[in-house]
Amino acid sequence: MDTEPFRVWIEEIAGSVRAEKDTLTRLDSAIGDADHGANLERGFDAALQAVRDRAPATPGALLTLVGTTLIRKVGGASGPLYGTAFREAGRALGEAPSVSAADLAGALEAGLAGVVKLGSAAEGDKTMVDALTPAVETLARAVRQREDLTGRELAEALRAAAEAAGEGAEATIPMQARKGRASYLGPRSVGHQDPGATSAALIVSALHRAVAR
Amino acid sequence: MKKLINSAESVVADALRGIAAAHPDLRVDPGNRIVFRASGPRPGKVGLLSGGGSGHEPLHAGFVGYGMLDAACPGEIFTSPVPDQVIEAGAAVDGGAGVLHIVKNYTGDVLNFQMAAELCAEEGVQVASVLVDDDVAVRDSLHTAGRRGTGATVFVEKIAGALAETGAPLAEVARVAGEVNARSRSFGVALSACTTPVSGKPTFELSESEVELGVGIHGEPGRSRGPMRGARELVRLAVDALHEDLPLSGDLLVMVNGMGGTPLIELYVAFAEVADALADRGARAVRSLVGNYVTSLDMQGFSVTVCHLTEELTRLWDAPVRTPALRWGR
Repeated sequence: MDTEPFRVWIEEIAGSVRAEKDTLTRLDSAIGDADHGANLERGFDAALQAVRDRAPATPGALLTLVGTTLIRKVGGASGPLYGTAFREAGRALGEAPSVSAADLAGALEAGLAGVVKLGSAAEGDKTMVDALTPAVETLARAVRQREDLTGRELAEALRAAAEAAGEGAEATIPMQARKGRASYLGPRSVGHQDPGATSAALIVSALHRAVAR
Repeated sequence: MKKLINSAESVVADALRGIAAAHPDLRVDPGNRIVFRASGPRPGKVGLLSGGGSGHEPLHAGFVGYGMLDAACPGEIFTSPVPDQVIEAGAAVDGGAGVLHIVKNYTGDVLNFQMAAELCAEEGVQVASVLVDDDVAVRDSLHTAGRRGTGATVFVEKIAGALAETGAPLAEVARVAGEVNARSRSFGVALSACTTPVSGKPTFELSESEVELGVGIHGEPGRSRGPMRGARELVRLAVDALHEDLPLSGDLLVMVNGMGGTPLIELYVAFAEVADALADRGARAVRSLVGNYVTSLDMQGFSVTVCHLTEELTRLWDAPVRTPALRWGR
């Protein structure tokens, strides 16, 4: 894969964040402060604009630029967290002009590790980690089974990863939040799907669409 | 919900234009969204820098000026500023003695200021940080993000600001800022939710007969919900929560703070009840603030913040200050 599917990924994320903005805002007003949709829309619009303006030459440079833009533009907790995820993923891809399915899986693992480290969150804390972890593991498993996945096989693996992320996001509903603003609610955070896990699932789903296209 | 705005997207930028037009003592950088003292950094003085989501006015921009902050970085409504703002502001207020970041304990603020501090350090600016976490409504445990920073932020900015004006070194200013926070506690009660300009709807539903107890300042619901009661009972609940966490005694600095939608006359009703509740416990408010200092847009409600004073902290509180929202003694 060259930079093109990665550019499309960011385009797909910006589109789905825009389409789901009200849902994210509604989820965030239940247990947060009702700004997740607006913040991500602003951030990914800016990231997309930066990618168009600067036309990075490699997938690694593209993801790093996206991460830096998110950190600079979003604010809140999601800016540094998603920004770090994309930057770490970009760093893992290095300077290579073209990357394999295994490279992509490794980059997503590095992105998740960055989020876990910065947010000190674990699975079960009711955060984006609950959606990202099963997705990253699903892709890693597929790549371990066969390193040179064809385009169609990779798309299939990413579809499974997106489903795992969606299930992970839904699984946050009965959880009590232990990180972020929702944690202030204690038991009152139970019964609501985490907005960060929801947007994380959108991002994985966008990657599937970008690669399948 | 009607709002006195031009558009939801331009609220922060438009308000910054207003600050610039109203206060010639301040300089506003609209591009980077930073409010500075117009006089610039003073060589040898520690620079005090704070910031956070907008919607809490006069916090923080209203506290920029002599005796308090050197710069404030407002984020979007209820969203922390981004590291770029903080880095830019830090470089501009450094008079060679370093910069103190005053950060309210919210995941977003902590992460963004932390990233900024790391990048500033790479550029050779000496940075110390104080985390404000005074809200007793949140139990500080492994199961939460820790206590929120609320009303005590005003005390920290005022007292650390006064000390910085004396030319005290960064470590000393940071120590006293931390001491103010450690000696302060807050508790908030909401009679209604707030409405953000973007969503246009209340952030949570609260009936005429209910209040949110232990509410934060970002429109998030509180620790629990209870029946609406008179001012005396509501204040007792707040003061009891403060006392339970750090027993009230001796001389206190007390703020009865409005959340933005509560008339001043009601805040004075509340202050009378606070004074009575303190007297019952052998404590008294020797210094006080009554008004809207840390607001939550148009939320109806109040918070009570106390700081257990020492001689040094009282002296620094009394020192001259000249900002849009606090000014005395000069």
